[in-house]
Formats: sequence, C-alpha cells, structure tokens
Amino acid sequence: MTTATATGPGRVATRLDLGRWTVPVAVAVALVAVYVLLIIGAGPQAQEQFINALTIGGVYALIALGYTMVYGIIELINFAHGDVFMVGSFVSWWLLTTLGFNGSIGDPVVLAAVLALAFLVAMVVMGIVGVVIERLAYRPLRNAPRLAPLITAIGVSFILQNIVFVTISNSIVTSPQVIPNPVLTLGPIQIRAINLFVIVLTVVLMAALHLFINRTRLGRAMRSTAIDREAAQIMGVDINQTIALTFFIGSALAGAAGVVQGLYFGVTKFDIGFQAGLKAFTAAVLGGIGNTTGAAIGGFIIGFIEVLSSVFGYGRWSEAAVFGALVLVLVFRPTGILGQQLGDRA
Amino acid sequence: MSAANRGVPLTTGREFFGRHQSLSIVVAAAVVTTILPLVALVPPFSGFGNLDVWVGTFANAGVFVLLALGLNVVVGLAGLLDLGYAAFFAIGAYTMAYGNSAFTGLDVPFWVMLVVGALVAAIFGIFLGAPTLRLRGDYLAIVTLGFGEIVPVVFRNADTYTRGTNGITGIGQPSFYGLFGINGFGFTNQWPYYITIVVIIAIAMIFLYRLQDSRLGRAWVAIREDELAAASMGINTVTTKLLAFAIGASTSGFAGVFYAAKLSTIAPDSFGFTVSFTALAMVVLGGMGNIWGVSAGAFIIYELQTQGLKQLDSFVKSLHLAPIGPVDLNAINFINYQYLLYGLALVLMMLFRPEGLFPSRRRRQELREAEPLAGEDELVSGDPTGVA
Repeated sequence: MTTATATGPGRVATRLDLGRWTVPVAVAVALVAVYVLLIIGAGPQAQEQFINALTIGGVYALIALGYTMVYGIIELINFAHGDVFMVGSFVSWWLLTTLGFNGSIGDPVVLAAVLALAFLVAMVVMGIVGVVIERLAYRPLRNAPRLAPLITAIGVSFILQNIVFVTISNSIVTSPQVIPNPVLTLGPIQIRAINLFVIVLTVVLMAALHLFINRTRLGRAMRSTAIDREAAQIMGVDINQTIALTFFIGSALAGAAGVVQGLYFGVTKFDIGFQAGLKAFTAAVLGGIGNTTGAAIGGFIIGFIEVLSSVFGYGRWSEAAVFGALVLVLVFRPTGILGQQLGDRA
Repeated sequence: MSAANRGVPLTTGREFFGRHQSLSIVVAAAVVTTILPLVALVPPFSGFGNLDVWVGTFANAGVFVLLALGLNVVVGLAGLLDLGYAAFFAIGAYTMAYGNSAFTGLDVPFWVMLVVGALVAAIFGIFLGAPTLRLRGDYLAIVTLGFGEIVPVVFRNADTYTRGTNGITGIGQPSFYGLFGINGFGFTNQWPYYITIVVIIAIAMIFLYRLQDSRLGRAWVAIREDELAAASMGINTVTTKLLAFAIGASTSGFAGVFYAAKLSTIAPDSFGFTVSFTALAMVVLGGMGNIWGVSAGAFIIYELQTQGLKQLDSFVKSLHLAPIGPVDLNAINFINYQYLLYGLALVLMMLFRPEGLFPSRRRRQELREAEPLAGEDELVSGDPTGVA
C-alpha cells in the first residue's frame, strides 16, 4: 500500500487515490510475501497453513462485514455483533443435533440439503435477532448521546451470552462436523473439503453482498442512508426500514459465520463471541470502517497474522500481534487501509 | 434562592458550598462515609449481607469510583473515547506488586507506592496515548481497546517477570504504623480500607475539580467540542490530549495500587475488557463530565453488580416467599442469572436515562437546547463556570 498520488489543489482530500489496479496488485504482493514467510516458518506445511489462514480469515471477514455495515450506517460499534455470531453457532448446533446428525454425512445430496437448511435457518434466525436488537436497544437511542447506544450494545452482549449460558451450557459444546474430511487434489493444490467449502462460501457471500449493495435499489438506499441520513429521507428512503435491513443482513452474515464455526472447529461456547467479535471489529477498522471491501481484506489480514504468529511459535502472542498490527496501520493511515478521510466526529 | 439574594447578603448552604468546593467535598465525603454503613443495616439492604461484607464492598466500590473519576477526565472532559482504560489499572496494580511483595523482595510502603504507581501509570498513559493522537472518534476507541487487550496479554505471557496466569501473590498491605492502634490492615477488618479509599477519593475529587475549572480543563472541553477550532484558538492539542491521558491514567494507577494492596494478590485476568467497559458504563450512566455523577454511577453499578445481583439468590431465599402460581422464586438459582440481569439493567437504565443518571449541567443544556434555561440556578451542580 503506497500513497499513490499526492493531494493536489482542488482535489477531494482522500489520502489514497485508488487506481484501478492498486488494490489487486497490493493484495497479490501481500499474498506472495505471506507465502514466503509461511515457507520460512512452516516448510512443507506452508500450503496447508496458507489455506487455514484463508479459512479463519474468511470467518473473521464474514463477522467484520456486519460490524462495518452497521457502523457505516449508524456509526455504532455494535459490541453485540460477536455474540450474534456465537448464537448463530448455537442455532446451527441445535438444528444439526435435533435432526440427529453427530458426524460426517456421506451422501452428497443429504449433505447439501442439510447444509442449505443449516445456513438458511441460522441466517434467517440471526437476521431476525439482529433486527429485534436494533428495534429494542438501538433505535430508541438514535438521537441520544453517542455513548448511550454503545453501553446498551455491551448490555445486549451480556444478555445474549447469558441466555446461552443459562439455557444451553456453561462450557464447551461439541458441534457436529457434517462435512466429510477427504483431502481433495486440485492440480498442485491439496485442500480439505471443509476448507474449500468455507473459502468458496465466504467468497460467494461477499460477492452477493457486494452486488446487493451496489446494484439494487435497497442497496442504494443503504448507501445513501450511510452518506447522509436526512438527505436520504428527503429523497424518499425509509430510514427505519433501511437500518433494519442493514442489521438483518449483517446479523445473517454473522449467523453464517456461526454455522462455519461449528462445521470447521467442531466446538462452540457461550463466550466465543467476545474475542471473535473483537478481532472482527479490528478487521473492520483495519480495512477502513464503513467499507465492505476493507472489512473483507481486514478479516483475511487477521487470519494471516494469527496463523503466522502460531507458525513461528508465538501463538500465545497472536492477540497482541493482531492489535499491534492495528496500531501500526492506524498510526500511518489513521482511517484504515481503504478508509476515507472522516470529518470531525468524536 | 433568588429571594435570599434580594435581601440581606445571606448565603444559603448551596451557595456556600458552591463557592467552597474543596470544603464541600470533604464534608460530603465525611457524611457519605458515615451514612453508607448505616444504610447497609436497614432491612432490604441488610438481607444482602452483614455490615462487614458491606463495608468491604464499599472499599472495593471505591476502587471503581476512582477508575470512573479518571476515565471521566479522558472521556467526559476531553472527549477521547478510551476503551482500554483497565490497562492503566493493571499497570498500577503490578507496580504495587513489584514495589512491595516477596516476588521482588522489595518492601516499599503502600503510601509511597501510591505515588509511584500513579506516576508509572501516567508515564504509560503518555506512552500509549502518543500513537493515538492523530486518530479521531471511534478509531481512537479501537486502538485504546487494542492496548487494553495487549497489556493483560503481556502480563500473562511474560512469565519470567510476572509469574504468568498465576499472578503475583503476597503483596504487602498498607499500615498506619500504630496510628489509631492499627499497624498492618489485615484481611478481616475492612474499615481501614474503607476509610483510606474515601480519603484517596476525596483528594482525587478536589484535585479533579480544581483541574476541571482550570485553563487545562477548559482546553479539554474545547478539544472535545471542536478540536480544529480549539487548535486554531492556540490550544496545543498534543500536550492537552496527552495530559488528559496522563491524568486519567494516574487516577487509575492510584486505584490499581490500592486494589493490589487490598487483595494482596493480582492476576492478569482481573484486568480485561470487562473492567474497561464497566468503568465506561459507570461514567456514561453516572452522567459524563459530572464528577459527583460519575462517582455515584460507579458506586451504584458496583454495588448492583457485586452485592445486589451476586447476593440476590440468598436474599430471595431469606424472604421465604410462597410460590406465586407456577412461579416458585425459591427454585430459581439467581446466581446463574446475575450477568443476564446486569445486562438487562444496563440496557434499561440507558433506555430510560440516555444522558445518565446525573447529567452535567452543560450536557443537560445541550440535550434540551429548545427548552428555556431561565429557571436554572447558576450554582446547582456546584459548577459555577458552567464548564463540564
């Protein structure tokens, strides 16, 4: 990432004039650099670790998208979002165990049907939960002092965690890993089915979100509300509906990430939402908060940082490394990698 | 009020204390110190624990009052959203642990360590504040949150210097050196801790009140309201912000030293995001920018959380309620529900009082700009300048 062009006279003061190829080139260079590091650190396992990083990063990116969308539209750090992800993992756990699955499913048709059902249910349920949270805890405070909804967000986070704590379990819950575990060989790449599934799923969901935001009427309503709520309202956008929709989509993506948590890691717990949410939020800020592409990039960056630190034997310090990277990036680019120069709002 | 002004130059109590803030803080501290234990003896409260338990929680609540007071400088006055405030609390506590414990073999008195801890925390406040100076709003929040996460990770993982997750034990206790017949404070008698923390709080409050009305305090508010305008009026935003971080951190350092000395053992897990967040909730719920408000907010939230909700179970059981229809309160284990209820309480309190329980005068004005303020009394909040 280089500061491509200086801000000339009369230009809008964005620090980085993103040329058409800047982002792809930078991403490619970063990926090659990471791969070289992985070869140094992990030797023959480099490829496997690279795929792991992409998978973990994809989960963070899915959660980060919800953070960034909500922030973009109402400027709220939705601390309950990580717990929405956690509840999503429990919805998927509940569905799969209720249907009687406790291991991998061999029949591809059944597997596809079960996965589709799990994602559909988890995403719809969490979407609704997100809308309800917004309606009850955030909408009444839309014109309140800025920190008030932040406190209710954390209050909601406590509530979600402890509903699961009280009603389901206070310790680790094993979630069925229904995807069988063969190693697929695609040309030179060897990849486990679950990793391939997660990576493809993340890419598909991100692409769908991108198209939705940029190509549909509702997406346009969301963008205009994010830019100027009052002007959007004057132009006929239903603000409440648009914000609710944002919460629905963001929470549904977190719900999808929750299903992935169960499928990929095979475990979940009532308190996983906090750490995951924190890292996902870091990803959103790293990429430039309010920017969906940035959130995706940030999510993958965090996946790579985590894998790199454990590859080099500093797994215990991965958290510190993630936040250290955040501080470094923000010192040099105070609004994140793809962030726009914000006005003065504190 | 105005009637009194018109006639003979009588001063009402309110005016007197408005003019003599330091004295009023001392008087209020003395009154509150006396009343709180008495309140704890009255029935609904006495059901939650005996007097000694209550006094112990008062002393612990004092730690959080200090945290809230310090955070109020950073968030309430200077408008810098700090979500990693527990870092400085941890630094203060570990400073105490290094200065006076078997781990290092040093035995520096608690009273000296109070000052040392505050200084060390202030230095770290500047050190961690410096990289954030360019950041605005929520970017600042996430970086401070990052620091708040990194500091416990460092204390947890640097085993050689911190004994890792086990933490440091055998931290020395404060002593009055025979004054009032008390040497070491011990663990059983909570009263010396209670009195000590009240005195520390009173000193901190006097200090913060003077600071708030000083040139520096006005500079903080100016930065909070509009950083660009403040800078163009000649305020050095770099030093002003760093001083906010340093002073906020040093108050937290005081709290950390006291906390370590009272518990005599500290571990990295006691300084996570929950502490940072709790302190923030106290400031926001108490009423940002209002020193008395945040103190009361801190006290209420702490007691609600530790006494109210943790002891709710034994309280309900002690009532021997008959089952109401299908609902038998005795059968519910309220201990499991404490954080659920805490979350609920936070959400409800915020929904009903978005501006906090005791909003500062200035904030009240901002929130009710449309309403005329003619009836307002100049000295109501003991805040004659209207700053805060």
